[in-house]
Amino acid sequence: MRKRSLGLAAYSVIALVFLLVPIVYTIAFSFNDSKASNTLWEGFTLRHWANVCSAGNICEALGNSIFIGVASTLIATVLGTALAIAIARYSFKYRASVNLLLFLPMATPEVVLGAGLAAFFFNAGFTSGFVTTIIAHVMFCLSFVVVTVKARVQTLDPVLEEAGRDLYANPNQVFWKITFPLLVPGIVSAALLSFALSFDDFIITYFNSGSVPTFPKFIYVAALRAVPAEANVIASAVFLLAIVAVLTTQIVGAVRRRRLA
Amino acid sequence: MAFAAFGSNDGKNLTESNRKSGRIVLALLLPGLVYLGLFFLTPLISLVITSLESPDPSGAIGAYQYAVDWQNYVTVITNYFPQIIRSFLYAFLATLFALLISYPLAYFIGIKLRGTGLIQRLMVTLVIAPFFISFLLRTIAWKQIFADEGPIMQWFHHVGLLGPSQFFIGTPAAVIFGLTYNFIPFMTLPLYTTLERFDIRLIEAGADLYASPAKIFRKITFPISMPGVISGTLLTFIPIAGDYVNASRDYLGSSDTSMIGTMVQADFLDNQSYPTASALSVLLMAVILVLVSVYVKRSGTEDLL
Repeated sequence: MRKRSLGLAAYSVIALVFLLVPIVYTIAFSFNDSKASNTLWEGFTLRHWANVCSAGNICEALGNSIFIGVASTLIATVLGTALAIAIARYSFKYRASVNLLLFLPMATPEVVLGAGLAAFFFNAGFTSGFVTTIIAHVMFCLSFVVVTVKARVQTLDPVLEEAGRDLYANPNQVFWKITFPLLVPGIVSAALLSFALSFDDFIITYFNSGSVPTFPKFIYVAALRAVPAEANVIASAVFLLAIVAVLTTQIVGAVRRRRLA
Repeated sequence: MAFAAFGSNDGKNLTESNRKSGRIVLALLLPGLVYLGLFFLTPLISLVITSLESPDPSGAIGAYQYAVDWQNYVTVITNYFPQIIRSFLYAFLATLFALLISYPLAYFIGIKLRGTGLIQRLMVTLVIAPFFISFLLRTIAWKQIFADEGPIMQWFHHVGLLGPSQFFIGTPAAVIFGLTYNFIPFMTLPLYTTLERFDIRLIEAGADLYASPAKIFRKITFPISMPGVISGTLLTFIPIAGDYVNASRDYLGSSDTSMIGTMVQADFLDNQSYPTASALSVLLMAVILVLVSVYVKRSGTEDLL
């Protein structure tokens, strides 16, 4: 038994290393002293980190991606949290249809979502740009928010809310003073996931953003020739920030659980 | 965190609904559902309508008129038959490899690391870490790692894994490799979620009854993890079938590895052939709806989310 676990542990480490290889590669090549193409290792430099914006319109694209990500995340998180509470806490007619409608956007290939929205916007006479991109991003982030927040709602102990009611809190007070604060970690995870999905989306954005540059579009176009190391710098910085954010929420969560236990 | 609800659900928290909670439910559900109706369902209907349009009599490029013209479907099935077969073949193989790679990993994190708290969470974070760095750059990283003139290919040639004029990038194997890599987290997370809640006492009970470890796995662990296997398979197979980045000539593929997505993108954005692009999308969506409905018939809708 013990021996088998060791083999499994070794296997898991190898699998995780496999998952991390391209990440390490991408970060390492942000320090590559490359001139035109960033394909061969030519020595260490901090040049690309110091002059991130020097590669074409990369910083404009980054700014747009952040703006689109924040706007989509805000809308998707509000709509998705409401849906998650309804599904996890209440029974209602057509529940099966609602579950299905929420699952389908996750189960639809991006190219179908992208082409469908583009055909819809085209038929409706919308011009592609920031608004159509944000509409598209909210649509595909929404279901992921619901899944994440719903998981959190289901782990809440109803006793805490009962205690609030016993102490004569009205339903509003129970929600805002008890339920909502307990849901915050789930909502934060959902928002982080939503932002990550929006920020990294290429296919749906390519169909619906018109001439608005975004960071993934910048990489896609650059890849036709050579991706500049500045793109690696931005991706690495975003990655490190995201990992720090996730680890912080996890460690804070662990500490809080220990204190409650 | 993310996906934590996939694969298992109980619905025990349901409270008795009354008229007041009916109004609350409606207020909670309506905005999100209207949004999805408007920007998810309507676009799908839009695709169906566009897929039946015929060329405008004026003959202008990109101009079509409303019609019920099934010809577009005949055209895409005859012209894009290789891409259609390839998409589902690649998706099948990549999903299978992702399952084989993910299952032991999810088993280790969900069952062997249970009770370790922070260590278990850190491992899950490493599984989702690829989500936080550009999908395009990760794929380009593999392209460069296996570059024709790179050290790994030189070593492959040296030990005779590949002939002197053979390379990895541009082959179907490279595309399937990239697809498998990119979608492993989507397989691992739902598997982890079901295995994490799996009652270990069932394994102990099997062992007490002298079942071999292989038999315990076959008769107990695997059947109980089925919801995770199915969610993971859906969440991997479907996006892979529609992906075109890995198969693109600028990434891991060549002109001989084009998939359905490649053709939808080319027809929609480059050739302005909206009806054929839509017909191809509708076909892909139809296959996916069949897969989802098989799942729903088997397991209901509560496990979907």
